[in-house]
Amino acid sequence: MKKHLLSIDDLSRDDIEALFETAAEMHDVQHRSVKKLPALRGRTVINLFFEDSTRTRSSFEIAGKWLSADVINISAKGSSASKGESLRDTVLTVTAMGIDGLVMRHGASGAAHQVAGWLDVPVVNAGDGMHEHPTQALLDAYTLRRRLGSLEGRHVAIVGDLTHSRVFRSNIKCLAMLGARVTVVAPPTLMPAGIDAWAKDAGFGTSWDLDEVLAEEPDAVMMLRVQRERMSGGYFPTAREYTVGYGLTRERLAMLKPDAPICHPGPMNRGLEIAPEAADAAASAVLDQVSAGVAIRMSVLYHLIAGPNEGVTP
Amino acid sequence: MRRRRRSGTLMPARTEVPDGTIHDDGRTVLDARDVSRALTRISHEILERNRGAESLVLLGIHTRGVPLAQRIAEKIQAVEGTPVDVGTLDVTMYRDDLRSHPTRAPHHTQMPAGGVDGKVVVLVDDVLFSGRTIRAALDAVADLGRPDVVRLAVLVDRGHRELPIRADHVGKNLPSARTERVGVRLAEIDGIDEVRISGGGS
Repeated sequence: MKKHLLSIDDLSRDDIEALFETAAEMHDVQHRSVKKLPALRGRTVINLFFEDSTRTRSSFEIAGKWLSADVINISAKGSSASKGESLRDTVLTVTAMGIDGLVMRHGASGAAHQVAGWLDVPVVNAGDGMHEHPTQALLDAYTLRRRLGSLEGRHVAIVGDLTHSRVFRSNIKCLAMLGARVTVVAPPTLMPAGIDAWAKDAGFGTSWDLDEVLAEEPDAVMMLRVQRERMSGGYFPTAREYTVGYGLTRERLAMLKPDAPICHPGPMNRGLEIAPEAADAAASAVLDQVSAGVAIRMSVLYHLIAGPNEGVTP
Repeated sequence: MRRRRRSGTLMPARTEVPDGTIHDDGRTVLDARDVSRALTRISHEILERNRGAESLVLLGIHTRGVPLAQRIAEKIQAVEGTPVDVGTLDVTMYRDDLRSHPTRAPHHTQMPAGGVDGKVVVLVDDVLFSGRTIRAALDAVADLGRPDVVRLAVLVDRGHRELPIRADHVGKNLPSARTERVGVRLAEIDGIDEVRISGGGS
């Protein structure tokens, strides 16, 4: 396994299998009365979040704590970054305290990659702009695998705002590596430029018509969040029209195979991209994803931080 | 206390290779029948010590402790007529040398449905050497519950302890040089039952 986890590209198929195998054991720890493993005892991990996040940050925090690491959360709001400190100074300052791992979320694509170049300690990308969110893709694939068995040849539909979605970008790589067939669905305005060439290259399908894709009875559906904070560009006329065209409504829920898992990375806009009936359906995997998130992040932190840090240079 | 010291099991270096994988200068110290007899004796010792199979839980430590625990459980069941709880224990996360090796995925830790609280837990492993694995196993068990008693059964005790740990039930005491390798092979994993000692150059 590479030193950093910045993109799904950093992982081989074997790495993913090892991460999943470890995560399965970590999942068991979640159900014990003593939720603690000593693997990262004496290690310190900093969660440095320049963007708002509840579930990713708390999930990394719990993951680190259950592995006995000391976890410190720093959010950019109220930190020196808001006083004008550069990214480089901020990360060098926090690592100078003597940490063993950095989990980072930043609004700029490539930020984690840049930071990894400055540091000796492992860096985990917890979301960088519109680029990648590798642990989310891992937990999605892990959740689907637990539900569906193998992903080999399974058909997964990813629906929603593809342009702004790092979840989609990481997922498309991860699912492909595990053998799934992916179709992405979005209105033309929310399809990234040049997706046709990309789709041909990476071997996934694209569609503007959700009903047509659902008629093929995919094995799983992954709804992406409509990122209201990024919706000022007039990508669709009204929320109502988005729901009619691309929401997982009650009617569309009825088109799904009854046991096809419904995933959503959260936070959900109920009634916009996903109807409450779908979010709370028996096949909904939303809460499984959250619990898998802790297991996957424990697995990632363990594999990146518990061993010898070969990259350390004086 | 361990009265039955086996003797006469040392065999000359092996010339014949059944599956072609053994090519060291080692010798077999326990063959399949020796292993079976040792496990039978351990099973009886466990029963004697515990006065029956009541509240026994056998926990096999990965990798080769797992089939050993299973075999002991079968032998106990054959004698007592009641099934014994068996579980598996992975101690990877509890090792004190995590930092010096590349990480690997842990094996599956499987507790019996009744858990270990208030039980008599017998840890089962193939070789007792430095004692560090058992130290880790004790920590792992403590996180899983609170047994009344924890005991240790090993197929081979080769000495060279680095911690104050001792086995309650030993298949064979095998004095060895630190540089020697003691290899336990079991049918479930390796296709053959035997214990070999090799290396050391003496």
